[in-house]
Amino acid sequence: MNEFFILMKQELVVTAIIFLLLFIKIGKGIQHSSLLSLVQFLLLINFGAGFFFNQSGWLFGDMYQTTPLIVFQKNILSLGVYLISLLCADWLKKTEHLPEFFMLMLSALLGMFLMISSGNLLIFYLALELATIPVAAMANFDLHKKRSSEGAMKLILSSAFSSGILLFGISLIYGITGTLSFALIPGQLDGSTLQLLAFVFLLSAFAFKLSIVPFHLWTADVYEGSPIAVTSFLSVISKGAIAFIFITILYKVFQPMGEVWYNMLVILAVITMVIGNLFAIRQQNIKRFLAFSSIAQVGFILVGMSSGSEVGITAVVYFVLIYVFSNLAAFGVAAVIADRTGKENIDDYKGLYNTNPFLCWILALALFSLAGIPPTAGFFGKLFLLTAGATKASYTFITIAALNMIVSLYYYLRVIRAAFMDKNENPISTIKLGPSVKLGLIICGAGIVLVGLLSWVYDYIHSLSL
Amino acid sequence: MPNVTAISLIPLLPLAGFLLLGLFGRKYFKNSSGLIGTVLLLASTVLALYTAYEYFFVYGKVAGVYEKFVALQLTWLEFSPGVSIDMGLIIDPISVMMLVVVTFISLMVHIYSLGYLKGEERFPTYYSYLGLFTFSMLGLVLASNIFQIYIFWELVGVSSFLLIGYYYDKPSAVAACKKAFIVTRFADLGFLIGILILSFSGGTLDFATLIERLTSPESNEFKAAAASTFLGASALTWGAALVFIGGAGKSAMFPLHIWLPDAMEGPTPVSALIHAATMVVAGVYLVARLFPIFSVAVPGVLEIIGWVGAVSAIVAAIIACTQTDIKRVLAYSTMSQIGFMMFALGVSNYGGEAGLGYTASMFHLFTHAMFKALLFLGAGAVIHYVHSNDMKDMGGLRKFLPITHITFLIACLAIAGVPPFAGFFSKEEILLAAYNNNMAIYWIALITSGITAFYMFRLYFNIFWSKPAPSPSERAGGEVHGEGGFAMMMPLVLLAVGTAAAGFIPFGEYVSSDGKPLHAHFDLSFSIAPVALGLIGIFTAFWLYKKQNDKPTKLATSLGGIYKTAYNKFYIDEIYLFITKKVLFNLIGRPAAWFDKNIVDGLMNLIGNITEKISEGIKKVQSGKVQQYAIYFLGGVIVLAVLFIYIWK
Repeated sequence: MNEFFILMKQELVVTAIIFLLLFIKIGKGIQHSSLLSLVQFLLLINFGAGFFFNQSGWLFGDMYQTTPLIVFQKNILSLGVYLISLLCADWLKKTEHLPEFFMLMLSALLGMFLMISSGNLLIFYLALELATIPVAAMANFDLHKKRSSEGAMKLILSSAFSSGILLFGISLIYGITGTLSFALIPGQLDGSTLQLLAFVFLLSAFAFKLSIVPFHLWTADVYEGSPIAVTSFLSVISKGAIAFIFITILYKVFQPMGEVWYNMLVILAVITMVIGNLFAIRQQNIKRFLAFSSIAQVGFILVGMSSGSEVGITAVVYFVLIYVFSNLAAFGVAAVIADRTGKENIDDYKGLYNTNPFLCWILALALFSLAGIPPTAGFFGKLFLLTAGATKASYTFITIAALNMIVSLYYYLRVIRAAFMDKNENPISTIKLGPSVKLGLIICGAGIVLVGLLSWVYDYIHSLSL
Repeated sequence: MPNVTAISLIPLLPLAGFLLLGLFGRKYFKNSSGLIGTVLLLASTVLALYTAYEYFFVYGKVAGVYEKFVALQLTWLEFSPGVSIDMGLIIDPISVMMLVVVTFISLMVHIYSLGYLKGEERFPTYYSYLGLFTFSMLGLVLASNIFQIYIFWELVGVSSFLLIGYYYDKPSAVAACKKAFIVTRFADLGFLIGILILSFSGGTLDFATLIERLTSPESNEFKAAAASTFLGASALTWGAALVFIGGAGKSAMFPLHIWLPDAMEGPTPVSALIHAATMVVAGVYLVARLFPIFSVAVPGVLEIIGWVGAVSAIVAAIIACTQTDIKRVLAYSTMSQIGFMMFALGVSNYGGEAGLGYTASMFHLFTHAMFKALLFLGAGAVIHYVHSNDMKDMGGLRKFLPITHITFLIACLAIAGVPPFAGFFSKEEILLAAYNNNMAIYWIALITSGITAFYMFRLYFNIFWSKPAPSPSERAGGEVHGEGGFAMMMPLVLLAVGTAAAGFIPFGEYVSSDGKPLHAHFDLSFSIAPVALGLIGIFTAFWLYKKQNDKPTKLATSLGGIYKTAYNKFYIDEIYLFITKKVLFNLIGRPAAWFDKNIVDGLMNLIGNITEKISEGIKKVQSGKVQQYAIYFLGGVIVLAVLFIYIWK
């Protein structure tokens, strides 16, 4: 019993917070600003919980497992959720249903925790749904906006479709191997046509969740329609969680088919980087811009994943950590500006430096990191992804990836140029930042600078993934 | 032994300046920021000179050979035992020489800017950027391994991006900084891949170990790297060539030079610092740093370096003859002179007498930094005075700008290779090295040095003689002010002294490819041809431009097409535009767009229409797009399945 509490402590903390919020909602309710501070505090506890009493082990037969690496991955996600609660404070205070919003977000987080920890395709599927459905409800949170509802609708319909395919794949696997356990499936795989088909179905579901081209079409609409808090949750936290479990399933469950999925990842990575970049170049809306650029970033994650060794795991986890800081910083700045002025176009950012130098520097730092320019952390993230991808010695592939870095540099620089150098008759007025937003941005900025420069971060992740 | 504290303080002081002024400058040091930056850099310069003295005269020479010292070595990241990324400080003849050059020129620019940008709104920002740039450049110079050099290499790029774009309200400046950043980034991609290949085949990132392993044919690393081939060349060749591409981008070598002339949009002192003396020679420095590898392991690549340098030298010199913007003339002249340094490395061998090219290249780097910075700062004074970059707004200025006039003349004589100024000595060495090694390059270099004398004196006569001087009231704006204060004149005079004296330094004693002193043999008769050609160039310029007349126009008309081609910079920019816009966009972009619009959309519309017809009743609730998404999704699944099952099975 003791083991149960220790191994599942992160899930239990999240569940406890959800219940607490439920009681607050049912009871008298608290004023929003104090409730938000409380939630932020609870989320900090949730993040802190990942640092104590860590043990690896299995529960419920082989349904649930945890290892130091899994705990670390969950910590990254908790940190991300905490940062979102800080960065989007302005918007959150204004929403009518603050407790519900966090209940939904934490339910999704709980789903992700279970998903990362799953040791069985069944629990994986259930957790995946738990991580998806609340997000659709969150996407609908700008209740008076039609686009928000439309985005939610599209998310739920597309998700249902992908779930159908996923379930089809899982049933095929069960039919072939007679088991759903991650540990037992690999022994049964021999690469028959039916198995390949089942794998394609599974892969497609992951590709959908990760917005890999050509499964990415829902992304732009949903991202643009949703409130920025939800968009950042979708593009950072969801993507990170899926990437973590995807890499586990590829490396463990489908390890015997390594040769086959390597080719597949190469193709998907190339298409995703190229198309994501090409679309990002044309975007004028900052949310859509970040959405498409995040598609291209996922392409880079695939490059690292293709390595098939523990170097790949390290590179992906390290990159996601950096990506959390960089992308949330960019979204955080966009959120503040959109919330205070309603401006979401890149052209509106012209002259930002003159009125809001702090926001501008954080934005520049975030975009430099996303573009992979040294000495920001993003450079090291990309470098390790490329090095991991290079272990298979496919230089053409790595060259294409590196070329895409240059293309992405072009459009990230475009935003920086607008913010720093372009003139504007009517710039965004000076914004006074609340303490929590400021704290969030500073944490992100520090993360962008330090994660790359402090080498023990990488070493630590590497020691976990061995 | 090297004094670690002193050496690490050299780059750290400008960094402190950057942080201090960048964070608090606008609030607290609005007026004193220039002074703070300058004082910090003065301290750096003193330390650099001290380090140079200590190295060259106290501890550097061990048994007659200048040794390489690694003053500080911190392990930053350990990949696997033996392979780690370090941060270190390397002390050897070229890094010490570069320390002196970078700090000294940067100090001059700091002082000069006190006068040049006086009253500028964003003074603290400017000085913080200068600090960042100087820090990055010093870090690049001191890097003890190839990865560290790359990091600082990029930092140099970022800070020069900021400095070129300093006049951010000028659209051309904004376009230029972006162009510079992207072109050099493109080259840096080659550099990065080259680094990965070299370090992978050498099994290390450290310069000394890398050089040791990749230059001895018996080592396992060398054998492996020479054996694995790609497209007919060994991994070693590819690695070295790609690293050179990075260097060529930064050093504006043909055909990656297109960013340099545009970068002249930045403030003139910045051009003096970045585009004359420091950043643009980073590529030369890089090749010199890895010279043993180029020379011993991949002589083929070294030959390419020689030719790229020679072609850049002559092409840039021809273009410089036709430009009328004085800063652009100087930009092309810089490119041409860096071409000299590059091919000097290209024609050099490793060790002994045959290593003359190496010494000559470094010597020229040293003297060029002096006189080119002087030329840019002088041009800055002229621009400051007439408020224009164009030659036709100038003329007869010698009476109004006496100090600028004399110092500018000294610099022109130096670059034209007239004895006894600095440029003469270094250029003679380069020519001698080329003569001993590659006659074709020697001839190109000889002709180029004649052209150099011509275009520099075309510049000189057009600025200071030509037309009778306009009276101050006739000039645009009618503003009357003198040459610029003490802050602007002092650097000019100091640099002029340097330009006059630097040639007498027995450079070979200190800097040579293998560390052993090299005694250059000067043959006076060898100098006759280049000096005579230089004088012919000067007299041609005198004849054409001393007084305003129609000879230049007639000449330009009679040369017709050739003149036009050179005036348009051999259409290199247009070729790039053609390739990117026409070829890439039309051949790839257009068909892709057409396919997307007509085939894909058409198909989707067809399916959409059918679906729409069928679902007429429930149409109102749906946006009609989600089905399309599902279709794409299903299409993806099917394509994946086909690929998987039929192709890779």
